[in-house]
Amino acid sequence: MKYKNLIITDPEGLIFGIAPNPVKTRRGLEIGGGQVYAELNFTLPIMSICDSTLPEVYRHYREIAEGALEHALHLESKGVVLEFETLLEMTKTPTIGIEITRIMNEVCENYYQKHGLKSEIRLTPNDLREFERPAKQRTSQYLEPMMELFEKGAMAGGDLLSIESTGGKEVSDDALMNCDIKTIVFALAVLGARDMQFLWKKIVDVANKHGKIAAGDSACGFANTAMVLAEKKYIPKIFAALVRVISVVRSIVAMEEGAIGPDKDCAYEGPFLKAITGIPISMEGKTAACAHLSPIGNIASACCDLWSNESVQNIKLLSGMAPTAYMEQLEYDARLMNEALRAGKLHRDVLQQLLVASDVYTDPQALILSPENVIRISRELVKGDSYVANAKNGALMALDIIEEALASGKMKLSEMETSYLPFLREDLESIPDNESDFVEMMLPLIDQSKFTMEEYGL
Amino acid sequence: MEELLEKLLEAVEFGKVDQKSPYPPQLRGMDGSHELTMSALEAGINPQKILEEALIPAMARVGKKFSENKIFVPQMLMSARAMGASMLQLKPFFTSGDIKTKGTFIIGTVKGDLHDIGKNLVAMMIEGGGWSIVDLGVDVGSGRFIEALKSHPGAVVGLSALLTTTMVNMGEIVTSIREHMPGTKILIGGAPVNTEFCQKIGADFYAPDPQKAVEYMNKIAS
Repeated sequence: MKYKNLIITDPEGLIFGIAPNPVKTRRGLEIGGGQVYAELNFTLPIMSICDSTLPEVYRHYREIAEGALEHALHLESKGVVLEFETLLEMTKTPTIGIEITRIMNEVCENYYQKHGLKSEIRLTPNDLREFERPAKQRTSQYLEPMMELFEKGAMAGGDLLSIESTGGKEVSDDALMNCDIKTIVFALAVLGARDMQFLWKKIVDVANKHGKIAAGDSACGFANTAMVLAEKKYIPKIFAALVRVISVVRSIVAMEEGAIGPDKDCAYEGPFLKAITGIPISMEGKTAACAHLSPIGNIASACCDLWSNESVQNIKLLSGMAPTAYMEQLEYDARLMNEALRAGKLHRDVLQQLLVASDVYTDPQALILSPENVIRISRELVKGDSYVANAKNGALMALDIIEEALASGKMKLSEMETSYLPFLREDLESIPDNESDFVEMMLPLIDQSKFTMEEYGL
Repeated sequence: MEELLEKLLEAVEFGKVDQKSPYPPQLRGMDGSHELTMSALEAGINPQKILEEALIPAMARVGKKFSENKIFVPQMLMSARAMGASMLQLKPFFTSGDIKTKGTFIIGTVKGDLHDIGKNLVAMMIEGGGWSIVDLGVDVGSGRFIEALKSHPGAVVGLSALLTTTMVNMGEIVTSIREHMPGTKILIGGAPVNTEFCQKIGADFYAPDPQKAVEYMNKIAS
């Protein structure tokens, strides 16, 4: 791993709205430069996407962008990011994704020219490669349309480039259901990290070629799947917290390859990335409840630079269209954080303390996200020489933190949960630091029909 | 004999695959489902009785504990593995027709959708309920469902989807199945669907969780 030290070494430095390496955008947003902006995430209502529905698809996206920006203007917003997460058909047929980007960029430009409202589009093509089983990460026929959408979508106005890449997911899914922490480390720190190196070189090249911003990746398909499974009580929350920490060594590869943030909103590993690399991050918490429930509603915003929601359908609510309603919620949250920033250190620290204290001991997944614990864990995430060693060290520190909170009586977990602690520690401690040794250890234990080693350069 | 079946039931309920398995700790060193099934067959216990009085009740207990949030999925998967070890030994009796399952369940995630964690869980629990499973995988269109139905006439079909843009494909698949294989029972599940949607597309049952799917299957088998 290239990062050996933290950019933010003191928990006090891990605060919302301020990142050591802010990102300036084409229409004047300075993300991480002293204020929090809203990032709106949206999707279509229930409908199919085919030739006959395309005009309706385009109409929805124009309506979403116009509704959101009009309301942002009304609320005197300082700036907005619209995240366009493409759906399968929009990436498979890149012209659809490109056209939607163009339409939304036109709306953004109009509001900028007429009203001075700053906004940008984060373009997030979905990772099509997992459509082949086992996935062909490097030789997939789907790589070409994906990269075409990145390139032409960027030219059409997608200024922030992101993805929720899925390298290693074919191994991780079963490991999640089995609470198999060693295989999770294999999926994220070996397969995931290797795939990120391959993919992010390409994305950074596209960004550099067109003067766009390589923003960042999210371990959504891994750690958020774990979070949702834990929320359904399918797997222990402790396990989900460890998966989150391990996912850092995968997602940080985007930065190693040249991504500069803001990292993706659903990447709850963002605070660790911010501490280690200094990039600004987007986060979502209570505002994501439209798509999934979570135990980190308030604490997620403790050090965000963009405050986001999760895919909200373009459906009518009593107040208006749902994305517009979510725009309002995000704006008010951002306004509060910005007022605290304006009022000075004492106020911003008090607000952050409240956001943290209201969640921190309610769930291990919240516990690991307090600024103090993010710094403690991050130190472990950079001290080794390999992704594997760093994943193991970070997860062991997270376990220490969870056990300390239990021992102090501040956090309470059922016996069903705590019975996993010794197994998880034992498994983590059995992992060798060296990647080759670890691969040799794991290969006999993993169903090798599920993935293709060559597709990961193994 | 009863004691042997009771031990087998316990081995499956707590996920003890064989004598060597370290899990669960309280059964360490004891026979697992592999050895116990072998002993039961050697003792002349009817294979159908092994299935109906040990394996299926064990999985029913596991399903109940899971639905009451008393165990996590990994424990349930261990039980499924223990049942699998028994089933391997019972396989010849299925082939010869000495044992009959409750029927066949064909399941798949619908076209355009790759999410399969929920689908796999449902398949595993229904298998534990005594059904044969035909898992078509992910991104499955109506053609493959109909093909599978032709190979397994009378099978029940399960459709899974996680996206608002793929749940609409459920409707097309249901229509196609109704056209080609009328009378087929179809159940659906997944985050964006509900009973209203189920009725709208003409499916028979919406399962909000895996246990409800098992209960529905048991109901139609009885």
